[in-house]
Amino acid sequence: MATAPAISTAGTRYKPIAGRPRIVWAFLDALVLAKRSVLETVRVPELIMFVAIQPIMFVLLFRYVFGGAIQVPGGQYVNFLMPGIFVQTVAFGGVTTAIGLAQDMQRGIIDRFRSLPMSSSAVLTGRTIADLARNLFTVVIMLTVGFLVGFRPGGTPFEFLLGILLLLGVSFAFSWISAFIGLLVRSVEAAQSGGFIWLFPLTFASSAFVPVATMPSWLQTFARHNPISVLADALRGLFHVNPALTTGDIRSALIQSVAWIVGILLVFIPLSVMRYRRTTAR
Amino acid sequence: MKNYGRVRALDGLDLDVAEGSLLALLGPNGAGKTTAVRIFTTLLKPDAGRATVAGFDVVRDADRIKSQIGLAGQNVAIDEYLTGLENLEMIGQLYHLARRDAKRRAEELLMQFDLIDAAGRIAKTYSGGMRRRLDLAASLVLLPPVLFLDEPTTGLDPRSRRQVWGMISSLVSEGATILLTTQYLEEADELANRIAVVDAGRVIAEGTSDELKDRVGGNRIEIAVAKEADLARAAEVARRHFPSEVTLDPAQRRISAPSKNGTSQLATLVRDFDGAGIDIVDLQLHRPSLDDVFLTLTGHQAEEEKVAAPAGRWQRRPR
Repeated sequence: MATAPAISTAGTRYKPIAGRPRIVWAFLDALVLAKRSVLETVRVPELIMFVAIQPIMFVLLFRYVFGGAIQVPGGQYVNFLMPGIFVQTVAFGGVTTAIGLAQDMQRGIIDRFRSLPMSSSAVLTGRTIADLARNLFTVVIMLTVGFLVGFRPGGTPFEFLLGILLLLGVSFAFSWISAFIGLLVRSVEAAQSGGFIWLFPLTFASSAFVPVATMPSWLQTFARHNPISVLADALRGLFHVNPALTTGDIRSALIQSVAWIVGILLVFIPLSVMRYRRTTAR
Repeated sequence: MKNYGRVRALDGLDLDVAEGSLLALLGPNGAGKTTAVRIFTTLLKPDAGRATVAGFDVVRDADRIKSQIGLAGQNVAIDEYLTGLENLEMIGQLYHLARRDAKRRAEELLMQFDLIDAAGRIAKTYSGGMRRRLDLAASLVLLPPVLFLDEPTTGLDPRSRRQVWGMISSLVSEGATILLTTQYLEEADELANRIAVVDAGRVIAEGTSDELKDRVGGNRIEIAVAKEADLARAAEVARRHFPSEVTLDPAQRRISAPSKNGTSQLATLVRDFDGAGIDIVDLQLHRPSLDDVFLTLTGHQAEEEKVAAPAGRWQRRPR
């Protein structure tokens, strides 16, 4: 028989830090879990593929395969395409949150987290923050590839930074939708398909890849009000890459973009946190 | 009480774990053991009834309870892509230990659980036993006074199971209060001060292992002799020890009888057989197993392979 090690009561020597406000803990706990999630990405080769290679592939395919056939009024397709593909990519990037949460539930680690005296939003915020980091990394890679294939944004550095900030906002908002989906489904496979399925019509029936004017009129109505279109147009405005957009169009797209991001967060953060509080491992 | 839709998972489960003791919740799959643990650890809210852990109500004081308990669930709840050290550090930080304390505590635990050599390897590379140990360590980061161990040895090989048992025993001797669920009868027998047998969401019997066994009757002694010719003489010897109820099974050359005082009786019996020159090939003292208990109480078998071995067994080869 194996001998049992003496388990000392040393644990009692360490006392939790007391007296910090809840909101501070919500943030600190989220950072601890974001670190966990980022480490996972770095250590799983398939995930790195997903984060880096897939967007590069999309840029190259659209630039060279569809690019020749798609006419954009008054400009080059690559300049029209890049903002759209940025928005699409960060929206897709959020699915990592759905898959990660489904995995946590399947493996049972969610029960441990829920039994700890930590902030109950942290598991979700941690994932969505990690998505921000991953998406930022992806955007940098895509920008590099974009420049190599002829993407030339205009405008001031301030506008450029604002554009990147807008993208991070999109990332954060879509990750929270994804978090809710991840908590609803029963398996990793379901999170994978359920996380993506609604994003395809949303991103493709939008101005992300083609001008909306080329679509049949019934689809145009949807495409014009689609948040992906709104976000892509706002980004095009900030990057000064679409001469067809007037200053008024751009201002309106920016206002609508911020409204969409804030609106999504206001709905999906409370929904997801409520759902999380009632979740147990599967 | 806890309902899932129309399924009643718990139905008047009544439990009391004495401070500093281990209570085993023993029952087959689907008996409601995990549901009970989830209610005690505040993961689920009961539909009716109340429960207190470390003096706190599981519904009203859920937040307070969380710093008093440790949970090692049915699944190993560790992150596969973090190292052993990173896993424990993370849990420490989520318990709101200072970063440096979380690291020191993680190292201490890795040392105690014999994982220090694997501290820098990601948990995906760990064996089943190592994962369980890491998981158990994670539930002990703050050394909480109350521990919930939900089937802590399911899926482990016998050696790792013994190792985990050793750790659990030493926790109890350190003063921890533990609620352990298991479907292994042997496990409850080995570790528990008291055992609550659950079936269909309710406790159908509670007591010490011995008390439960007494409910299905005492021990039995079984003897097999080498030569059939010795059987009648052996029965005569046996009757001197067990005045009544000696049963003979000539085909198997076996004698059996209920035993009131167990092993001490075995010793004198063996001496007497020796004195009479009777060769014995098998001599067993059967304690009723918890499986027998389960069968008697529920009318159906526990749903797993029988693991309980006879409590005492001596074998002598024919000369």
